[in-house]
Parts: sequence; C-alpha cells; structure tokens
Amino acid sequence: MTDSIDTTRIISSDRFELHPADETAIVRELDHYEQPQAATIEALKIVQRRYGWIPDGTIPAIARVLGIGPAAVEGVATFYSLLFRQPVGRHVILICDSSSCFLTGFDELKAALVQQLGIDYGETTQDRRFTLLPVCCLGACDGAPAMMIDDDTYGPVRPEDLDTLLEGYP
Amino acid sequence: MSQSRQRQPLTYRSRILQPESERAADTHPLTWRLRDDGETVWLDEYLRKDGYQAVRKALSEGDPQTVIATMKKANVRGRGGAGFSAGVKWSLTLKGSGHPRGYIVCNADEMEPGTFKDRLLMEQQPHLLIEGMILAAWANNSRYGYVFLRGEYVEAARSLNRAIEEARQAGWLSPDINGSGFDFDLAVHTGAGRYICGEETALINSLEGKRANPRAKPPFPGQSGAWGKPTVVNNVETLCNVPAVILHGADWYQGLSGDRSEDGGSKLYGCSGPVANPGLWELPMGTTGTEILDRAGGLRDGLRLKAWLPGGASTGFLLPEHLELPLDFDTIGKTGSRLGTGLLTVVPETTSMVSLMRNLEQFFARESCGWCTPCRDGLPWVVKLLQSLENGQGEPGDIEMLEKLAADCGPGLTFCAHAPGAAMPLASAIRYFRHEFEQGIGKPRAQAHQDPIPAGQV
Repeated sequence: MTDSIDTTRIISSDRFELHPADETAIVRELDHYEQPQAATIEALKIVQRRYGWIPDGTIPAIARVLGIGPAAVEGVATFYSLLFRQPVGRHVILICDSSSCFLTGFDELKAALVQQLGIDYGETTQDRRFTLLPVCCLGACDGAPAMMIDDDTYGPVRPEDLDTLLEGYP
Repeated sequence: MSQSRQRQPLTYRSRILQPESERAADTHPLTWRLRDDGETVWLDEYLRKDGYQAVRKALSEGDPQTVIATMKKANVRGRGGAGFSAGVKWSLTLKGSGHPRGYIVCNADEMEPGTFKDRLLMEQQPHLLIEGMILAAWANNSRYGYVFLRGEYVEAARSLNRAIEEARQAGWLSPDINGSGFDFDLAVHTGAGRYICGEETALINSLEGKRANPRAKPPFPGQSGAWGKPTVVNNVETLCNVPAVILHGADWYQGLSGDRSEDGGSKLYGCSGPVANPGLWELPMGTTGTEILDRAGGLRDGLRLKAWLPGGASTGFLLPEHLELPLDFDTIGKTGSRLGTGLLTVVPETTSMVSLMRNLEQFFARESCGWCTPCRDGLPWVVKLLQSLENGQGEPGDIEMLEKLAADCGPGLTFCAHAPGAAMPLASAIRYFRHEFEQGIGKPRAQAHQDPIPAGQV
C-alpha cells in the first residue's frame, strides 16, 4: 500500500518482479511446510499487504518462487474471499451478514453504510477510501451486529455509531 | 506485540459471563484460568495455574496408548459440532513402525453462524490449546502441528503466536519436550476466508495451498491427510479439553455432567440473537436450553420466543417446548436437529421464518465451494424460491420444491456436509412453520419462468 506505482495499470505479467522483502518473506514461509505450494495463501497475503490487492503480475512471480504453475496460484487467489484480485479501497469493511447479526439489526446497519458510503457490496468509494464486502459470521455474536474495518472488529454497532467509527479510517 | 493498542469504545472483545469466583479448576476445566479483566493468560500465569502439568504427566508415564485409552473412556465428543469421539478418532490414526509421522491440525476456522467460543479460548488462553495439541501429537505420534486459524481472527493470531514463542523458549515445544525425547513443534496457519475451510478435508486442501474443495472419504485424514500423511483434525474446544482429562482422569471428566447427560464433561454454551445478555458460559454437558436462556436474561424488549437453533446455522430449528431438553449430542439428535456447536441462536416471534431462512440459505449458497451439483446449483435455487416467497411472489409448488431440494441435499447425496447443513434448518423451518411459507404464495402457477435459474448470483 506504500508504493506509489499505479498497480491497477500493471498488465504485462512476465516482467513483474516481487519486492525483494516480499520474496524473502515468502521464502521464509516455506520452512513451515512439507511442500512449497502450502505457502501460496500466505504469499498472496504478503503481496496484498504491499499493494492493497493482488496485481496480475504477482501471480506468475509467486508461482516462480514456489515452483508451481501460475494457474494453481490464480486458482487460490480467486477462491478465497479475503484475497482481492481487484483493487480495493484503503480500508476494507467486512460486514457480518450471518444469522445472529441478521436478528439484531444487520439490515439497518447495512442500509446505513450503503447510504453513508454510496456503495454496495463489492464496490469502492470514489475517493478509494472504503470497499464494502459481506463476511461469514465473525464469531462476535455476543456483540452483534458486528463488522470489521481492516484488522479491527467492532460490535455491537448501531447506525448512529458509524460516523465516529469511520472517522478512525482516513 | 504485548502493548495494548488504542481501542475504540466499540471494539469487540471476547468474554465469558461467569466471574472467576464461579469458575473452579475441578468443575470448569476450560475456563477456570480465565481472568475477570479479560487479559490473556500468558505462560507464567498458566504455569502457576497447573499449566503443562498434563504434558509432564503424560510424557513421563511414557505410553501414548494410555492417553488414547483415557480419551476414549472419557468420551470427549467433537466440539466442532460433529460429536465424534476424539479418543476413537485418535485410535484410528495410522501410527507405529511402517507409517510416517504425520500432523495434528487444530480446526480454528470458527465460522459457523452463531458460534463465538473458540475465539475466546484462543485469545485469552492460548497455552491451553497448545498443551492440548502437544498431548494430541504425543498420542498420535505427530511430527508437527498447525492451528488452522481463520484470517479474520487477528487477535487470536497475535495471542497464539506469542504463546507458541513462549512455549518454545520454555522447552514445551522442542526437539526434546521436558526431557522426554519427544519432539514436536507447531505453527499458526491463517486462512483467507471461506466457510468451507472448516470441513476437515477441505481444510487439509487449504493447508496444502489449494482451493478448499473437500476430498473423498475414505481415505480418512487419519490414514492419509496432509501431504498423504496421517493427520488428526480436532476443534479448538475439543483439544482444550484434553489437558484436564489427562490430569484428572476419565471418571472425573464423566462426572462433570452428573446425571444430566450420557456425554461427559463441560461445554462452552452460549446464546445470541435478541436476548438481554448474549454471551458464553462453561456449564455441565446436558444443561438445558431453559437454563442457558435464563442466563442470557431472556429475550429483550418484551419479545417472545418463536424458535431457536441449538448450535449454529447448520442445525435444525427447535421450538420453545424443546428448551427443557438437555443439550447433548444424542438428545438433540433425537429431535431431528443436532447439538452442533452448542451456542444457541434465538429467534423472536417478530421475525419471519421465510426471511430468516433466506438469510441462512444466502450464506450457504455463497459459501458453497462449487464442487458438487446439488450444492452449487441447488442452493441458489433455494435462495431464489425463498426470495419469491418472502416477496409474496411464490407459486403453488414452491414449498414442495424447497422440500425436494432439501432432500436432494441430504446426507450421503453430496460430497461433504455443507449441503446437508444447509438442508437441515430449511427442512425443519418448513416442518414447524409451513404456514409462514404458504403466506408467501401470491401468484398462480406460471407456465415457465421468465428468467433462468441463477448459477451464482444470489
């Protein structure tokens, strides 16, 4: 996320080089596993931490480091909901839409978020500040309705709390 | 890692609602060490509170078979929801000469809607899980362990990683644990979303860095799991039961539930939904729904109880009259539902069962891995029918079609338990609240649908 290059424009994939620190971090992960492929998810998370998403070029680059095919890496990158193959905002809001939240005010909370941000699921605000996504039960049902912003879990959250809450994420 | 971060007032914190004074070592093996201030119990405090004594005992006695025998006798049933005896599972793991040493994997992918118990154990008491995993590794001759942790549990990852480092420094995870000659170490493997990762064979695929599609069984993971090696997968709460069982014995464990239940031990029960005090309590196995709902302060705002889920979205609905039943695996199983994770979700009379089912099935349809047809195509169809009924646009025959789809997603007809888990609440909702579904039929039967069945957009 700190890079100034416009990663949304990176299309030519074969010439992409991983940041040396990322490559080192990926190689370090290999120690934990019997086979290098197991580090795929962590490798994708490592590049996502740098760019905010997983740019096209990183897929074959990760595949080269792990010694596996790019299709295997792409297959994983497109399967998991917390891996982003499209650019997202600076902050990702994960709103829990599971049963306990549904029973305690999820609809109102989501409607308020949609109204306040002007975006729905899978969309990013024009200033690229927030992306809104649904998430499986956050395991915070005694604090329902719950949501996460980046790494932080909040709950119970009422529509009137949103102003203050979102202010913390410029 | 240890500095407390700036917390917003709305920050969610896991908690147990019983104060320390109500939690004793001989009655609350899972939670007696937890602090009233909610701070994590780190190594020094854990050791002061009998920590790693079970590992010391088991390793000095020298026979892994004793551990398995004790676990079988205690009958610790899988707390992830399936209720299979951990001791029996361990006895079936391939081990001994001629077999490679495999893996112990803790299923910490807690995503079952309505379930928030493993989070508490990992955030506030990581060493109990580590100790349980060492014992499981010893019993199953595992070489290495993984905590497969859902990616959203950031706090649990911090806590576990710090505790693993502490345990390593103190020699509890090492090439020679406590001078026994037994070697074992473990790592936290964080996921990246998707409910299906909680299915144990999908979890193994995910651990190997693949898409989380389930695998055919047999072979069972105990025969051929991660990288083809014998692999034991147990839930967080299950593993957290092991140290006390080994330290105090099977008879003590069985006695914890008294005459409430055939199942022994205690259980982290919980309650959420529109209740006055949603939360978690460690109570004897076989505690009734009435007592748990009482502890939760009953429904809030004068709401009245319509139905409840005994242990997550993939269990069948029960009625107020079922609250008197002891919440154990066999009793709840006989009602046609399942105990599941044992955390109750409460449904008030004001909630439409059709809307609630639509919410649940949207979840299951979205989280289907897409591997097999009844689940991939059947669940979006269920959602479409429920949306029609919810909007008063249902047609005659829709309810029968929902019943057929639920039957087609039943046990044995799909690759894994995901679709049966989606079918069980649906079938029970129609069984108990058919009239609500009938109210959604507002149109005569059409000749053909104007739009095709959606295959992903739900």
